[in-house]
Amino acid sequence: MIVRFLTIQPFLHIATQAETYLEPGMILLNEQEYPFTPGQTIGELAAACKPAADIFILNGFPAQSGTLIQDGDSCSLIERGAKLTDNEIDALLSARHTPGIHQQIRTSTIAILGLGGLGSAVAGAMAKIGIGKMLLSDYDVVEPSNLNRQHYFVDQIGMLKTSALQENLLRMNPSLSLQLIEEQLTESRLPELFSKVDVLIECFDTPVMKAATLRSVLSKMVDVAYVGSSGMAGFGENNTIVTRMLRPGVYIVGDAISEAAPGMGLMAPRVGIAAHHQANQALRILLGEAPKRN
Amino acid sequence: MNITLNGNTKSFQEISTISDLLHSLELSPGTVVVELNTTIIQPDFYSSTTLAESDQVEIIRFVGGG
Repeated sequence: MIVRFLTIQPFLHIATQAETYLEPGMILLNEQEYPFTPGQTIGELAAACKPAADIFILNGFPAQSGTLIQDGDSCSLIERGAKLTDNEIDALLSARHTPGIHQQIRTSTIAILGLGGLGSAVAGAMAKIGIGKMLLSDYDVVEPSNLNRQHYFVDQIGMLKTSALQENLLRMNPSLSLQLIEEQLTESRLPELFSKVDVLIECFDTPVMKAATLRSVLSKMVDVAYVGSSGMAGFGENNTIVTRMLRPGVYIVGDAISEAAPGMGLMAPRVGIAAHHQANQALRILLGEAPKRN
Repeated sequence: MNITLNGNTKSFQEISTISDLLHSLELSPGTVVVELNTTIIQPDFYSSTTLAESDQVEIIRFVGGG
């Protein structure tokens, strides 16, 4: 991956995301390299390559069809409401993340235990980056009191969380592979169901199942990396939510003390901090940035 | 009795088993993971596992919410 530095006197412009190095005479068309034709407008390009496109984006900004394309430009031709194929999603993620990282993510398997405030948010983050396979486990249904933090919608009240979340995730990324588990989990079932995943993300509500999961991971699932959770209720400080390593491949996210209780309920912002700690820690494990189990 | 608890030396009076230790610390047995000298102890054995001088105990305690 080569990042271009453009110096425009007197300002220094620094490229802030992964950019493809383009040879002269090439443009980017929907993240793929494509030959540049001098004098071509973006509307003409669309007519040639994607006639159904009705939204044109040129170098990050919406453009009219008569806008001339320049050498090295980046064009997105979008058909409003069109479905993305698995290949298109693959190409988008590969361009955004770089091919090597995309490959590691899409060949990984994770389990998310509990699909509430933490689990639904973790699942969304992992779905968006194109995780290969997710095992999603929860026996419960969507209730109105969940909606202050959980990633469900009013019209999903009464649905099983597994079904509702599957619906939501597939709308974000139709190419996902999901396995839904709807039984109420017990400690003995954990190794039977989750021994083969790369990372197990514990998003339970009850401390009993949280403890059971860590115990099971340490004593019976020696190859599975674990990211657990403890303490994220209320609206206390952001920076007391931390990711702590217990040993290689075993991490706990939270502030360790903020228990959900009357007067200190779970709320989307702070639960979301914890959830995204979990998601990023899982990603770091998968990419070899954080130690796996010994 | 002196034991090492989560890396710190602590002194406890009149405790014999893991159950006693948890009770002394006011920790609910269902909410903790206990490791004694690098072995995970299953909850069924908390009341029958006795502690000895200089034992190394790790207790990870979870609070509810998620």
